Amino acid sequence: MTLSGTQAAPAARRDEISLRVVPTRHPLRWAASALALLLFAMAANSLFTNPAWEWEVVGEYLFAPSVLRSVVLTLELTALGIVLGFALGTVLALMRLSPNRLLSSVAWGYVWLFRSVPLILQLLFWYNLALLYPRLSFGVPFGPAFFDVGTMDLIGPLTAAALGLALHQAAYAAEIVRGGLLSVDPGQREAAAALGIPRVRRLFRIILPQAMRTIVPNAGNEIIGLVKGTSVVYIMALPELFYQVQVIYMRNGRVMALLLVAAVWYLALTTALSAAQFYVERHYGRGRS
Amino acid sequence: MTAMVELRDVHKSFGPLHVLRGVSLSVRQGEVAVILGPSGSGKSTLLRTINHLEKVESGTVEIEGELLGYRRSGDRLHELHEREILRQRTKIGFVFQNFNLFPHLTVRQNVAEAPLSAQRRPRAEVDALVTRLLDRVGLAEKAGAYPRTLSGGQQQRVAIARALALEPKVLLFDEPTSALDPELVGEVLEVMKDLARSGTTMLVVTHEIGFAREVADTVVFMDAGLILEQGPPSQVLDGPRHERTRAFIGKVL
Ligand SMILES: Nc1ncnc2c1ncn2[C@@H]1O[C@H](COP(=O)(O)OP(=O)(O)OP(=O)(O)O)[C@@H](O)[C@H]1O
Ligand SMILES: [Mg+2]
Repeated sequence: MTLSGTQAAPAARRDEISLRVVPTRHPLRWAASALALLLFAMAANSLFTNPAWEWEVVGEYLFAPSVLRSVVLTLELTALGIVLGFALGTVLALMRLSPNRLLSSVAWGYVWLFRSVPLILQLLFWYNLALLYPRLSFGVPFGPAFFDVGTMDLIGPLTAAALGLALHQAAYAAEIVRGGLLSVDPGQREAAAALGIPRVRRLFRIILPQAMRTIVPNAGNEIIGLVKGTSVVYIMALPELFYQVQVIYMRNGRVMALLLVAAVWYLALTTALSAAQFYVERHYGRGRS
Repeated sequence: MTAMVELRDVHKSFGPLHVLRGVSLSVRQGEVAVILGPSGSGKSTLLRTINHLEKVESGTVEIEGELLGYRRSGDRLHELHEREILRQRTKIGFVFQNFNLFPHLTVRQNVAEAPLSAQRRPRAEVDALVTRLLDRVGLAEKAGAYPRTLSGGQQQRVAIARALALEPKVLLFDEPTSALDPELVGEVLEVMKDLARSGTTMLVVTHEIGFAREVADTVVFMDAGLILEQGPPSQVLDGPRHERTRAFIGKVL
């Protein structure tokens, strides 16, 4: 038999000569690597030798209390945007996949609307909602109201920003979650149904954990996008990172140094998130490899 | 004595395609029925109507005399709520051609899932049950493994243990060995034979004529959405009355 023949041969030959593997050479790859290294060295050199970067000013402001507070606000806005956005997005995705035509149309309409309107415009819209509805009342639809409040009191700049970010994020999250749910083999749903597993449990125990494998990389993109995206709320004069460094450099004129402070923080935050993403992906990848 | 599974004049269409055209079938407790038939004759659809994965258009399916998926009042059939349907499904185990194990759960978790969440049985009791079942299908040492790390034959044995974990009244098998390499078919058939000997009621769609001959009490031959003939293996396999049955058996043997 050929199989046993090929198995026996190498063992016999190994005693006679020891073979050495010579890898293929890649001169072009070498040249490209050298060039990249050179450019990197030049950039690094200028970064540290050009005094206009003002590293000592960067150091001075990097951990200034006002900057730290603005970093916290940036994180809060990101967290609110992502958590609320994905919660609403998941509901929208389930509505979209529902056999009920009305529910699925509503979800489709939502995604259409909120993906079409620029975020910055939407933020201003929420911020100025009081112009449209000076008072908001809560109660029976078309019936008596239990209480009502001034819109300005309820929707301050922070709420408007969080609301805007979350509603915007939900439209994208809905598509990401829907894509994830569709990526799960229909046989999984069927097997779970055949076992009599209740509907909600089927979703959270069987389907979503598998959908997470496609959801997490895309969600990671979204979160990192949002960390930087929160900078648009500066138009509402909310002291998040980007607004705060602007305030400082308007005062002291150290523009480059303070932009660098913001850049360093954004880098640090996204790096931490990328690392977290690695572990989350590994968690949901269990059982495959 | 009422039958364990009783189908009466079941019809099912997909759009214009009339897949089941009036199927009546009765399976007694402890009986093993093997369903044969050419591709597209409606065998899978038939099994899927039995646990209500497909709704029938007319006709009835009963398990131990209990109407499946509907409640009768007078001359009307009211569709049952999802929760009731799920409860009824726990009386029926289903084994799929592609196993459909949950890849992100371990073997033990796969088997334990339904008794815990569908039947709400206490964990300690379920743990003991799972251990017993894995032992029965010869996979006790694989309890902590993930399905992807098992061979096809082992995966299908886990799937059988998972179906058994509900302690169902009936087990349905849809071509359980068709996705397996030939040398792995035997180990799965062994487990199924063992179940048959211990008195489990089984409906098995398969092309394994040898299994049918050895284990089946009844062989059912389906063609184009109808049961063409049925009877003991000796009769249907060795002396089929219909030309189409003869042609089909000639081809698979
Ligand atoms: N969900 C569905 N939608 C539309 N048509 C379907 C659906 N399921 C099955 N069919 C069709 O119904 C017919 C019977 O299918 P079924 O799977 O029951 O056949 P089968 O006897 O199991 O065949 P096989 O031996 O190939 O598995 C086929 O023509 C198939 O294409
Ligand atoms: Mg089939």
